[in-house]
Amino acid sequence: MKLTVLYFARLREALEREREVVDVPDGVATVAQLRAWLVGRGEPWASAFGEIKRIRAAIDQAMAQDASPLHDGAEVAFFPPVTGG
Amino acid sequence: MPVRVQREDFDAGREIAQLRAADPKIGAVAAFIGVARDVNDGAAVATLTLEHYPGMTERALEDICTQARGRWKIADVLVIHRVGELRPTDQIVLVVVTGAHRGEAFAACEFVMDYLKTEAPFWKKEETGAGARWVHARARWREPGTR
Repeated sequence: MKLTVLYFARLREALEREREVVDVPDGVATVAQLRAWLVGRGEPWASAFGEIKRIRAAIDQAMAQDASPLHDGAEVAFFPPVTGG
Repeated sequence: MPVRVQREDFDAGREIAQLRAADPKIGAVAAFIGVARDVNDGAAVATLTLEHYPGMTERALEDICTQARGRWKIADVLVIHRVGELRPTDQIVLVVVTGAHRGEAFAACEFVMDYLKTEAPFWKKEETGAGARWVHARARWREPGTR
């Protein structure tokens, strides 16, 4: 399954990238599983996802939860808590 | 129900006039303007840079406006939020709610603003004398009267 993964704000800086296209194996079917798979690749994902608290996710530009299902071609974003206004 | 994310400044008076469009059914206009301060968490702030998630940010703001219209009897909602580099005293955000009566306009305006702060994907980074830092998130929105 191919996914476009986006990173914002402090997470984007820590990873030194704003997007990547990944081809995940079977078994990576939810937001939580994608996050674990990204972290499992090692640095810089392991440190960035470990140090930044309360990282949230969106699928196709709508807020998602850990158990939210992924689909082929999805745009998945990870970001710290929002601070607008 | 206009929503705009832009780098440019805005003129609240002009925006309110356009939103009202001289509609005689509107008896109340509640507006909030958020402004960049020169001090935050004890440090002097030189510049404030706002990042957003193009596409999702606009959708989130539209969703918040739709929720406000579902909760209160109001005529219209306008949200303008700036992005990019801002300086102290610059305007950041404008929320305007029009309606027949002030109670619902005030409540809806506060709801949109509070909800925006926890649900719309914007992130602030401050440049201070001690270096750059990302602003920490605040508490979630609560029902009016429970804060």
